Amino acid sequence: MKIDLTDTTSSKINKALVQGRRSIGTPAVGMVLTLVIVTDEENAYDALKAANEASREHPSRTLVVIKRVSRSPRDRTTSRLDAEVRVGVEAGTGETVILRLYGEVINHAQSVVLPLLLPDAPVVAWWPVNAPLDPAKDPLGALAQRRVTDTYAAEQPNDELEARAGAYTPGDTDLSWTRITPWRSMLAAALDQVTCKVNSVEVEGEEFNPSCELLAMWLAGRLDVPVKRSVSSGPGLTAVRMQTDCGAIVLDRPDGSLATLSIEGQPDRAVALKRRETSELIAEELRRLDPDDTYAAALKFGVDRLGDRATATGGQEPAADTAAPATAPAPAKKAAAKKAPAKSAAKKSASKAAAK
Amino acid sequence: MTPVHGANPLRDAADRRLPRIAGPSGLVIFGVTGDLSRKKLMPAVYDLANRGLLPPGFSLIGFARREWEDEDFAQEVHDAVKEHARTPFREEVWQQLVQGMRFVQGNFDDDDAFERLKSTMQELDKAQGTGGNFAFYLSVPPKFFPQVVQQLKKHGLADAPEGSWRRAVIEKPFGHDLESAKELNAIVHEVFAPDQVFRIDHYLGKETVQNILALRFANTLFEPIWNRSYVDHVQITMAEDIGIGGRAGYYDGIGAARDVIQNHLLQLMALTAMEEPASFDADALVAEKAKVLGAVRLPKELGEHTVRGQYAAGWQGGEKAVGYLQEDGIDPKSKTDTYAAIKLGVDNRRWAGVPFYLRTGKRLGRRVTEIAVVFQRAPHSPFDHTATEELGQNAIVIRVQPDEGITVRFGSKVPGTSMEIRDVSMDFAYGESFTESSPEAYERLILDVLLGDSNLFPRTEEVELSWNILDPIEKYWDKHGKPAQYPAGTWGPAEADEMLARDGRSWRRP
Repeated sequence: MKIDLTDTTSSKINKALVQGRRSIGTPAVGMVLTLVIVTDEENAYDALKAANEASREHPSRTLVVIKRVSRSPRDRTTSRLDAEVRVGVEAGTGETVILRLYGEVINHAQSVVLPLLLPDAPVVAWWPVNAPLDPAKDPLGALAQRRVTDTYAAEQPNDELEARAGAYTPGDTDLSWTRITPWRSMLAAALDQVTCKVNSVEVEGEEFNPSCELLAMWLAGRLDVPVKRSVSSGPGLTAVRMQTDCGAIVLDRPDGSLATLSIEGQPDRAVALKRRETSELIAEELRRLDPDDTYAAALKFGVDRLGDRATATGGQEPAADTAAPATAPAPAKKAAAKKAPAKSAAKKSASKAAAK
Repeated sequence: MTPVHGANPLRDAADRRLPRIAGPSGLVIFGVTGDLSRKKLMPAVYDLANRGLLPPGFSLIGFARREWEDEDFAQEVHDAVKEHARTPFREEVWQQLVQGMRFVQGNFDDDDAFERLKSTMQELDKAQGTGGNFAFYLSVPPKFFPQVVQQLKKHGLADAPEGSWRRAVIEKPFGHDLESAKELNAIVHEVFAPDQVFRIDHYLGKETVQNILALRFANTLFEPIWNRSYVDHVQITMAEDIGIGGRAGYYDGIGAARDVIQNHLLQLMALTAMEEPASFDADALVAEKAKVLGAVRLPKELGEHTVRGQYAAGWQGGEKAVGYLQEDGIDPKSKTDTYAAIKLGVDNRRWAGVPFYLRTGKRLGRRVTEIAVVFQRAPHSPFDHTATEELGQNAIVIRVQPDEGITVRFGSKVPGTSMEIRDVSMDFAYGESFTESSPEAYERLILDVLLGDSNLFPRTEEVELSWNILDPIEKYWDKHGKPAQYPAGTWGPAEADEMLARDGRSWRRP
C-alpha cells in the first residue's frame, strides 16, 4: 500500500503510517531498527532496493531522506516536505517512508526524521554517496548509533580514508570495509592451518578501491609486518600474498569470483569469493550494531604507512608476475591517472554496482 | 597442520564480523542416494559453501550402492542443490565444491568398497588438503549402523591420524527403547569416542529453539514467572498434516511417540523447563538438560493420562485421506500409534505440580510445532464476572515452525462504553525464515559437526533418560487396549480432549 503526501509534516506522516498498517491488517510492529538513508534522487532507487532486500533479515522502518536541488532563489527560500509512505509488499518486511525535502528544510532534515524514528529501537544512518566528512557531527548522523558510509563512492578514496580516520567516532563504519569480510575470513582461515610467522604481505587490487587499503591496513596492524599495496586492473581486490617462514601463502582472485588459495606444501584449493550485492553488505552491517573496533584499528593505522603504491607497480618481482599491465610501469601509471576522473564519475552514478 | 587459533594474529575475539569457518575437512555421506541426503544434506553443504563457511578444499564423498561415477554423483548433487538450496545458485561456489566431490560405489558388507573409500580419503588429503579430518554421516536405516560402524573400524577409517579428527554423525531413531539405545551406543562408542559422536536432532538446529535459551536467560521479563507460582501448565505440540507417505516400513511398529516424543518433544521440554546453565557450553547445557529429564515423573494412572490414536479416513485440508490401517504396506491389525499425547510432571522446586502435556500426531489439522506456556488466572479480579467471561489464560507461545516467532496472549479491554475484557495476541515474527539469511537447521548442525561444537546435539545420557521416560508408557500401551481412531484432518481423538478435561483444562488450538 502506498500513500502520497504533498507539502506535509512528520505528524501527518506518522498518521499515514498507522493508517497504512491498519488497512493492511497488521497493526503490530515487529521492526527491529530504523534505517535512515540519506541520498540524492539519483541513488535513491538502488539504495532503497538494497535496503528492502536487507529488511528481510532485519525488519526495519526505512526512511529515505532525499534532498532536492532548488533551481531558483525563490525556491530556496520556501520550504516543502513531500512524503511517500509504503507499507506491505512494497516495503519488504517493514515500512518505508520516502521523504523529499525542498528549500530551507534541507538544512533541518533531522527535525523531519526525529519524530519518525521507532521508539527505543536502534537507528542506523547510511549515506550511499556524498557522506559528510564527520558523520557523527552531522545532524542526521547524530541521531544514529551506527553510521554507514562508503568510501568507494568517493572521488579520492585515500584522502577520504584519512579524513575518516581523523573523524572516527565509535559507531562509524564503511561499506568498503564490509566488502572485505570474506577476504579477511579466508585469510584468517589460511593462517589457522599453518603455524608460521608472516614476514611481509602484498595486497594487490585495482586503483581507487579503498577496500584494498583497508585490507592492507588491517593486515599491517594485526601482523605487524610491512604491507605493500600494489595496483592491478581489478576487478576489485585481486590477490593477497603473504611471505612466511614456511613459504608463501597466496590468495589469488583474478576474475572477481573464484579464487585460489595456495599454501606452500599443500595442494591448491579453489575458494568462492564472490563480489557481493549492496543488499548483502547492508544486511551484514545491520547484524551488529555495536562499534566495530577492528575497523577503527585498521582505519587508524593510516594509509600513508603502507608501502608506496607508485613503486609497487614498478615491476618488482612479486607484483609483475600476475598483473600484466603493471609490467610497463610508466604508461600504466599515466593511464590510471587519466582514467581516474572518468572512472570516479561513473562510479558515482553506478554505486549500485559498487559490490566488491 | 593443527589449527592454533590462539596463535593466529588475524583472529581477534573483538572482530565479530569474521564467521566461524570450519578447518580443513571432508564429509562422507553413507546412503547418499536417500531422500534426506538429497533434500537436506547436499543443499545444506552448498548453502554453507555459499555463505563462505566451509574451508577451502572441503570435500564431499558419497557412498551408496548405485553404480555412479564421480561425475554422475556431482550431477546428482547439482540437481539437488538447484532444487532445494536456500541460497541462489552461483557457479563459482559450485566450482569450489565440485573439485572435492567423489563417489564410492559399494555395499556396506563390501570390504573392497571400504578400501576404496580409504584410498579416496587419502587421495583427497593430498589433492584437496583435507588434513585427515573426516565426518561420517550415517544417513542409513538403523539396522545398518552396526555394520557400517564395524566396517569403519575394520578398515581403520575411524582412527584419526595424529592431529586430526574422525567424527560420526547419526540420525534418529536412536534405538526403539532403552535397551536397544544402549546397545546402539555401545556399538558406536566402541569405535568412536563419545565426544566424537554427533546425534542429529534437527529441531535443536532451529533458530527458534536456540532462541528459547535467549528468551529465558537473556531477559528479566520472563524468568521470574517461569515457575509453578505463575505457570498453570505447559503444552508442547508437534503436529503434521501429512500421513506416513512412503515410510510404512520404517513407521509401522515405531509410532508417533518413539518417532517424535522421545527425541524432539522431550528435548523441547528440557529446554523449556531446565535451570539456567552455568555457561553456554556443551557440558553445562547437557548437565542442566539431564537434570530436568531425570526429574521427569510419569503419572500414576498411565491409562488416564496418556492417549494414543490412529488416523482414520477423512478429509485433510480439502483432500481426501485414507486411514492409517488402509495405507499401503500397513498391517490392517497394526496397533502402531500415529497420535500420542502424554502428561508428565517435573519433580523439582520450580515445577512441582505443573503438568507438561506433550502431543504429536500425523494427519492433524495443520503442520505446526509450538511450545505454549499457559499461565494461571489472576488470583483476584476487580472486574465483575461478565466483564472477564471471555478472558482466557495468559500464554507465551514459542512457535517453532512454520512462521517462527513468539506470541504473547493477554487480556485487553474491548473498545466501547462497557467494560469487557478479551484475549489479544502480540506477535513477534522472525524475519521471513526462507530468506538467505536464516540458515536451515541442517546447515547449522553440519557446520557444528565440522567445528566439533556439540552444544546442539543430544548426548548419550539424554537419549537414555528419554527412553527411561517413554519405555513404561510404551509397555503399558502394548498390554492395554488399542489406539483410538480419529478422523484425518482433526486435532486428534476425543480421548485426548477427555484426558485434559479430567484435569479441568483443554488443548490449545495451535
